[in-house]
Amino acid sequence: MDTAMDIKLTVNGEPVAEHVDARTTLVDFLREGLGLTGSHVGCEHGVCGACTVRVDGEIVRGCLMLAVQCDGATVETIEGLSDSGEVADLQAAFEQRNALQCGYCTPGMIAAAQDLLVQAKKNKTVPTRDAIREHLSGNYCRCTGYHAIVDAVEAVAQARAGGK
Amino acid sequence: MKITDDSPPVLSALDRPNSYIGRSVPRPNLQRLTQGRGLYVSDVTLPRMAHVAFVRSPHAHARIKSIKADKAKKAPGVIAVVTGAELAKVMTPWVGVLTHLKGLKSAPQHALAVERACWQGEAVCAVVARTRAQAEDACELVDVAYEPLPAVTDPETALDKKTPVIQPELGDNLCFERKLEVGEPDKAFAAADEVVETTFMFGRHTGVTTEPRAVVADWNEGEQRLTVYHGTQAPHMMQNLFAKHLDLEEQQVRVITKDVGGSFGIKVHTYADEMATVALSKMLKRPVKFVADRIESFVTDIHARDHRIKAKIGVNRDGTIAAFEIDDLTGIGPYSVYPRTSGIEANQIVNLVGGPYTTPNYRAAARVVFQNKNVMCQYRAVGHPIAVAVTEGLVELAAARIGMDPLELRRRNLFPDDGYPAQSAVGLKFEALSHHESLAHLDSMMNYAGLRAEQTRLREKRIYRGIGFASFIEVTNPSAAFYGVGGAKITSQDGATLKLDAQGNISVHTGVTEQGQGAEAVMAQCAATAFGVPMDRVRVVTGDTDNTPYGGGTWASRAAGIGGEAAWQAGKALRANVLAVAASILQAKPEDLDIRNGAVVDAASGNERLPLAELARVAYFRPDTLPAGVQAELMATRHYVPRAWPFAFTNGIQASYLEVDTDTGFVKLLKHWCVEDCGTIINPQLVDEQIRGGIVQGIGAALFEHCLYDDRGQLTNGNMADYLVPMAAEMPDIECGHVVSPTADSELGAKGAGEAGTAGAPACVMNAINDALRPLGAQPLTDMPFTPGKILQALGKV
Repeated sequence: MDTAMDIKLTVNGEPVAEHVDARTTLVDFLREGLGLTGSHVGCEHGVCGACTVRVDGEIVRGCLMLAVQCDGATVETIEGLSDSGEVADLQAAFEQRNALQCGYCTPGMIAAAQDLLVQAKKNKTVPTRDAIREHLSGNYCRCTGYHAIVDAVEAVAQARAGGK
Repeated sequence: MKITDDSPPVLSALDRPNSYIGRSVPRPNLQRLTQGRGLYVSDVTLPRMAHVAFVRSPHAHARIKSIKADKAKKAPGVIAVVTGAELAKVMTPWVGVLTHLKGLKSAPQHALAVERACWQGEAVCAVVARTRAQAEDACELVDVAYEPLPAVTDPETALDKKTPVIQPELGDNLCFERKLEVGEPDKAFAAADEVVETTFMFGRHTGVTTEPRAVVADWNEGEQRLTVYHGTQAPHMMQNLFAKHLDLEEQQVRVITKDVGGSFGIKVHTYADEMATVALSKMLKRPVKFVADRIESFVTDIHARDHRIKAKIGVNRDGTIAAFEIDDLTGIGPYSVYPRTSGIEANQIVNLVGGPYTTPNYRAAARVVFQNKNVMCQYRAVGHPIAVAVTEGLVELAAARIGMDPLELRRRNLFPDDGYPAQSAVGLKFEALSHHESLAHLDSMMNYAGLRAEQTRLREKRIYRGIGFASFIEVTNPSAAFYGVGGAKITSQDGATLKLDAQGNISVHTGVTEQGQGAEAVMAQCAATAFGVPMDRVRVVTGDTDNTPYGGGTWASRAAGIGGEAAWQAGKALRANVLAVAASILQAKPEDLDIRNGAVVDAASGNERLPLAELARVAYFRPDTLPAGVQAELMATRHYVPRAWPFAFTNGIQASYLEVDTDTGFVKLLKHWCVEDCGTIINPQLVDEQIRGGIVQGIGAALFEHCLYDDRGQLTNGNMADYLVPMAAEMPDIECGHVVSPTADSELGAKGAGEAGTAGAPACVMNAINDALRPLGAQPLTDMPFTPGKILQALGKV
């Protein structure tokens, strides 16, 4: 039985047409099919957030979505977010504040943080430390203890709001 | 914005121009990681690479009667199906013992189980296929007939006569035993005004690295050489072990370790499935990749800390601690883990209980027993979290019993700051610690008096907050005393090679590895400072046994203190070499010259005499212009190992402030503080982040993490939905402070800082919970993790 399907989607601005097995998760498709290894696999059941990517503007768990569900979608991974410069300030703050150690959770963490900051901009609010902690609470980091991550995101939130 | 808060204190005496010692310089390798452009082993793909998946025992203990693989062999994409007996022809078994842990015994362990599976999750058959998915599909088709055997799961009865012996050739289920008595504990307890006795339980838990264990093994039949891409903390140790058990020379094995998604001691051991992957590559003459999935990680990554400790403290009403006594029992799985053994944790506990205090009377007994559960071994802070929780738990219970403030009780018993060198009752040698200064610093940093007042005020409103403390010592910078003397080929020395390239930049090749803690930054800081160049002219190379000096890697808080000193010494040596060449070019005396900011300068005036790029040009391309007999040596290697002290002990104290919801049993962490003394601080930001990350790992042990086994030896919560880890929303902000007592064993004076956070945090949280609940008459909680259910039980509400 052939369980593969043809899908067409846009990944980091590039059109992609592939034949994928129906059971392939989005993150496996990105990593193994397209070589986009910046999205990481941590738990494969939607808890750790290492595979967080953006699909049609919403952050999703790449391990809980199938590649075939992304037919027609626009997918953005850390590689795309980096090259477009959209998260450059977050990346710089993470580097300066040492808000990452092993770096395995970082692409997902930055995608989740950016999601919060985009929402905050829409709502014209500046997230508090508690709000930052709450929003990142689906992204597991074993190295930092989170304090530095909260510092970095808080700094960018304030800078983007004009506080500098 | 908090980013500038970790800026440097006053510069140290080690300062020269281009001094980076004591500065919070950002790590040079971070952009790669923030952009998702790292190279973790999970990311590695090689030509002709196959994937292995393992059929794992569903039983805690079972005889393997037969393995039928016909169907699996015919499944799509399958390259090979290999049993334990077949793999044993390629790879020899190992035994995890160390001769200095007298009497420690274990049975031979194979890469794949042969005849018997001894824990749920032990690999019994390997399936190699073109993709991981195909390999997993075919695993479903392997028909293993098991004869279930009785599972030994309870350490309390493991040594009973009627309990089956897991490894019959060993005679019993005792892996290791140690007894110790110093001073006169019986007399001291009898004479003490008060004796407090309790039992501490520690939940077996595990590392949960974000990237699971991963290995890509590539045996090249044409080269007769094995290259292993390995997420490990100790590449040279693994090179030795791969060679030994495949019957190769070490020079036939290259271990490459690039980015590693978290280690914490999980990735410093020999894992049967990783050894099997390496053996399969040799057998199949092609690259084979294994990445543990999360479910496999929970049943095979080493577990730790499963201890039951009966403990006792004798205290006088003037606050003098008269004696400590512990009786430790721990179950470590069916094998002692190779090559570091599973006896070290209990051994450390015996050594470390009572460590911060001058108490002369101590009795300890520890028994390490086999059981049919996943193996236990060294995990971040090895033994410390348990020893500290027992000691500090007893200290605060004693303080409550005699009605003395817990900090005051500590002041009366901590080793005095002006009394070093000193030796603990057990015989631990302390070069220079700062317990009292650290305590005073913590007291003011947290505004202890203010918090006590707030606590009292809020109690009237039925808000129950608690303050808990933990003083601690930490073993860092280990000499050969840890493993080398016990016969393990685990080096305690480390090396660094510095090379000036043809453009005047330098590279540092080091034996320590980067696990995310910032080792590359520390090596660059040490080398740049000692040599005299800006940090952006330094490139660090780690994690490659073909290209780095022989070294121990990263464990036991050794990378900065040992590897950093080697880089510092190599920097000085290269500087001397370069100045010798410069002197001959400039017709000057080497001692009149210096290297500053990437140029040879006149030492007295600082005026530039020769850029390094120009010196390198002459030395590499026009050596004919140098005077006869002058040979430029633009590469220098130095090694370092601590010799004066077996370990560089550090010390510190932590505090936790929290609130217990007495209706739900939930604990809300409000704030955490740590003052610690790791000697010279090379990079304050990196030290603080080690402390913070370590504390949260310790908080996980105190509140959430527990590998729950049933009485048949089945892990019942082996996934991240059921096994809870600390997440951002529940964690507090953590404030760090420092006292600096350098070690005189090295020029830099740096000790380790990687484990202090984890060592003290569980004790602190436990003490704070008990402090919060004490006015309610709750039984003291001593059974980690402190779940809401246990708290409500202590309050008599359920």
